[in-house]
Amino acid sequence: MVEFALPKNSRITVGKTWPKPEGATNVRKFQIYRWNPDDGKNPRIDTYFLDMDKCGPMVLDALIKIKNEIDPTLTFRRSCREGICGSCSMNIDGINTLACIYGLDEIKGDVKIYPLPHMEVVKDLIPDLTHFYAQHASVMPWLETKTNRPAKEWRQSIEDRKKLDGLYECVMCASCSTSCPSYWWNSDRYLGPAALLHAYRWIIDSRDEATGERLDELEDPFKLYRCHTIMNCAKTCPKGLNPAKAIAEIKKMMVERHV
Amino acid sequence: MQYLTDRKRAVGNGSGRAGTHHHWQMMVSSTLLVVLVPLFVLTFGIGLGGTYEEVLAYYSRPFPAIVTGLTLVVGIIHLMREAHAAIEDYMHGLAEKLTYIAVGAIAYTLIAAGLFALVKLAL
Repeated sequence: MVEFALPKNSRITVGKTWPKPEGATNVRKFQIYRWNPDDGKNPRIDTYFLDMDKCGPMVLDALIKIKNEIDPTLTFRRSCREGICGSCSMNIDGINTLACIYGLDEIKGDVKIYPLPHMEVVKDLIPDLTHFYAQHASVMPWLETKTNRPAKEWRQSIEDRKKLDGLYECVMCASCSTSCPSYWWNSDRYLGPAALLHAYRWIIDSRDEATGERLDELEDPFKLYRCHTIMNCAKTCPKGLNPAKAIAEIKKMMVERHV
Repeated sequence: MQYLTDRKRAVGNGSGRAGTHHHWQMMVSSTLLVVLVPLFVLTFGIGLGGTYEEVLAYYSRPFPAIVTGLTLVVGIIHLMREAHAAIEDYMHGLAEKLTYIAVGAIAYTLIAAGLFALVKLAL
């Protein structure tokens, strides 16, 4: 049954407020979710102040500055700092996005940062993506062929290659899946927009020879059909992709097989 | 606690090989309702406000009676399927199964009662 309130040990409390930087005139307030599994306490919101004249333009710049100069215990994932690796996905100002490509100037007022919603938290801003990655692996995100391997390469026309545009760019940041209410309630069985977008990327690949098997595996009231076209995935995707359209295309292919 | 691998947990019992029929049926009934609902509103509106005898006479004509009957059947079946999807979304376990059955029973009872009333008016 759906739960409408957080369990007692997950309710957020007021955390520590760190001092403002001395002599700074351009100060901005950051409210950041903190939770440490080792101290046995409830999650809290810590407040930090940054001198924006000495801070980079992106949210990730601010987080790195806080970690380096104020609070080294603040924990978050980051790697490429240019929207390619998908590591720094988090909920910023109410939107699931990548901290490295989300500008501080896009946020009005205080900057509020939480981990991706409805995921188990490992620590602070780090969600547990184990199940998410396992779901991705379950759609067989690789080329499946039955024909003998050609001497040189699997050939593909320019038109067929174009069909992969808007699909292959996904960096598996999980922003879409964690913004999807269907995924919130049924992530144990529903694959979610990211895994389904990847599934479609291989279904539509002209070189792949496992289309039928892939569709068979997806044909399930939960794996695929929990998508109710809410479109949060398309709205939040930091790469500008449209997982909802990919899911709709899979559904169209399913209907074509039946009718 | 179960010692399952991440992959086994993600795959679960595998694909149910179902769902497309339900999806297709919802598309069909939605399309039918696009036509039926305006027709029902129109026919029901025309018959509204008459005396008992006028309403009896109105619904003894085939067009308003058939439109009302079709809207009743298609609309409630469509609603029942949507409700079933919502139950699958938000409820689990025994409560889900019992609610599922209850919604089906209510829906078919509504259809039967509605058709009975319509037949009584029309004939």
